[in-house]
Amino acid sequence: MTTAARRAAVVGWGVAGLLLLVVLWEGYKLLAPADGVLIGETRVLPRTTDLAMPHVWDMFGRLAEPVTRSPSAQPLWLVILLGALTTLGIAAAGWLVGVVVGIGLALVMQRWRVAEWGLLPWIVLSQTVPLIAFAPIVKSWGSRVEIGSFEWQDWMSVALIASYLAFFPIAIGALKGLQSPDRIHEELMQSYAAGYWATLMKLRFPAAVPYLLPALRLGAANAVIGAVVAEVSTGLQGGIGRLLIQFAGQASGDPAKAWGPIFGAIVLGLVAAGSVALLGVILKNYRRTEETA
Amino acid sequence: MKHSTRRGLAAGAFAVTAAFLLAACSSGDSGGSGDGGGGDGELTPVKLQLQWLPQGQFAGYFAAADQGFFEEEGLDVEIIPSGGDIVPQDALANGDVDYAIAWVPKVLGSIEQGANLTDIAQIFQRSGTLQVSWADSGIEEVADFEGKKIGSWGFGNEWEIFAAMAAEGLDASTVEIITQDFNMNAFLQGDIDAAQAMTYNEYAQLLETPNPDTGELYQPEDFNVISYEDTEGAMLQDAIWADTERLDSDTEYQETTVKFLKAVIKGWAFAAANPEDAADITIAAGSGWGPSHELWMVNETNKLIWPSDAGIGIIDEAAWDKTVAGALAAVNEAGDHLITEEPPATAWSNEWIEQALSELEGEDLDLTGADWSPIDVTLEEGGN
Repeated sequence: MTTAARRAAVVGWGVAGLLLLVVLWEGYKLLAPADGVLIGETRVLPRTTDLAMPHVWDMFGRLAEPVTRSPSAQPLWLVILLGALTTLGIAAAGWLVGVVVGIGLALVMQRWRVAEWGLLPWIVLSQTVPLIAFAPIVKSWGSRVEIGSFEWQDWMSVALIASYLAFFPIAIGALKGLQSPDRIHEELMQSYAAGYWATLMKLRFPAAVPYLLPALRLGAANAVIGAVVAEVSTGLQGGIGRLLIQFAGQASGDPAKAWGPIFGAIVLGLVAAGSVALLGVILKNYRRTEETA
Repeated sequence: MKHSTRRGLAAGAFAVTAAFLLAACSSGDSGGSGDGGGGDGELTPVKLQLQWLPQGQFAGYFAAADQGFFEEEGLDVEIIPSGGDIVPQDALANGDVDYAIAWVPKVLGSIEQGANLTDIAQIFQRSGTLQVSWADSGIEEVADFEGKKIGSWGFGNEWEIFAAMAAEGLDASTVEIITQDFNMNAFLQGDIDAAQAMTYNEYAQLLETPNPDTGELYQPEDFNVISYEDTEGAMLQDAIWADTERLDSDTEYQETTVKFLKAVIKGWAFAAANPEDAADITIAAGSGWGPSHELWMVNETNKLIWPSDAGIGIIDEAAWDKTVAGALAAVNEAGDHLITEEPPATAWSNEWIEQALSELEGEDLDLTGADWSPIDVTLEEGGN
């Protein structure tokens, strides 16, 4: 197959997958009973009313209409796009902090065994703190931070929480990657009289790439989830998380509207994961295989 | 390295980091000092924590900011919306903000937990909570709840339900409590027999939803509405809370409090006289509701505030006592009490609002709502 034909096939399958989803949604809505499927008292399949499952065309049609009848209202898709971009920016900031902290921790833990013993349990423990307990504390601390002309902004609290979720898979993946070179390779470097830095740059980082890429992608997904949840949690305005709860409150009278930010969040996740895939293209020389994190 | 020494080293390293962490924790929390400032010509920064997203329920505060009433009093007020997990009275007790808007029963619970807060202005004189059921459901009063699926938001919004039930001799075990979402879908789909609704928000959501049988919007005749204001469970809602200790000792804070209340009074008076403008200001401040829903919300909020015979914000001792009695009587579905003893005398004070009202006496303001009357709002589909 030529590359052009292969590319066309990829796009074709992608579109077919989306169409299948639409057919499944509308088919279920058409055929299943309005009250859903119940086993005893438990509903195992959802209701099919317009309130619970709006038509696909209603949901997408709603995107083209203005948010409200207010004269200053923008179309729904634009509001969602702006919200998604805001959240993407915050998540990206959180992800970057997570990358720096995660790789930094991995380097320290790789260099000194004692550090690994001391830090790793805490890193694992850190992820057991529930976000709803954590978010108000971060916001409360943030509101007191004022260093010179620098003043802590509310979005920074959200980015911090995103980074808190993002650093974990990166730290674990990077540590595993940095420790992955075989003994003989390390000994080869020693026989060249290569120091720590040379070994790190020439051996450990290249060897870590197959572990790092999935870890970075997991970190990106975590950063997006963290940003959306933290937006809701801390009440930050302007992002997709805020739109989610705002439109959920309007879902009785305008059921299609509530699905808009959900689509926005899906696209957001795809963009975030796709950006990391771009990183994989840049690092393709080092990426023979990809290990699971 | 021998295995046992290695294990010992690992335990030691773990202990050292733990010690560092604990040290870092205990050295934090140096306590935020008050926002001073207040020099000549300079605005005093003030932070006001709302209890939910920006919406018509808070129109008076947004109006005060938009119309420059805060600035006239020398204040630079930052209005902070809440969302998910930010609890206004906690933010106030932590010193993150200077004033907070919260329902009285919720804060009574926090006060019993140790928060030191004072209700300095009872903006809402009446309860706006309803329990809505279908017109043919046979649920016409609280006594009819028995054996039914009763919707509630939880998170401290549920105490009126249990207080009203306690007055009828019902407890939580006689009904099935179902936690409600942000919208009325669970009620519309029959998962809840009687849903909790605010006059200014969720009830309007029902009236802006098309009835699938007629194709028209639902009408008030389609529903039975129980207003908690008419029951023993009625509790005071949106109040302005301040830090008790700072009120007691910080003279700057005392002055700021009176100025702040004066501006808030002007803001609500503006919303009473100009509900359309107040709704537009709230939308401009970031509220996501459609214009008809927003206007409905401002109008219904006005009904909870006005008329206010003793003057806006004055705490009616009888209503306060009723709230406390209800809070003492209520037991939720988990068997928990909201409070177990009477709140301290510092929990409310009319001192500051009286001072603010008297300073506004000469101005051309209707401080009791004697001349106020509600407008008629037509809801559009989806509140748009």
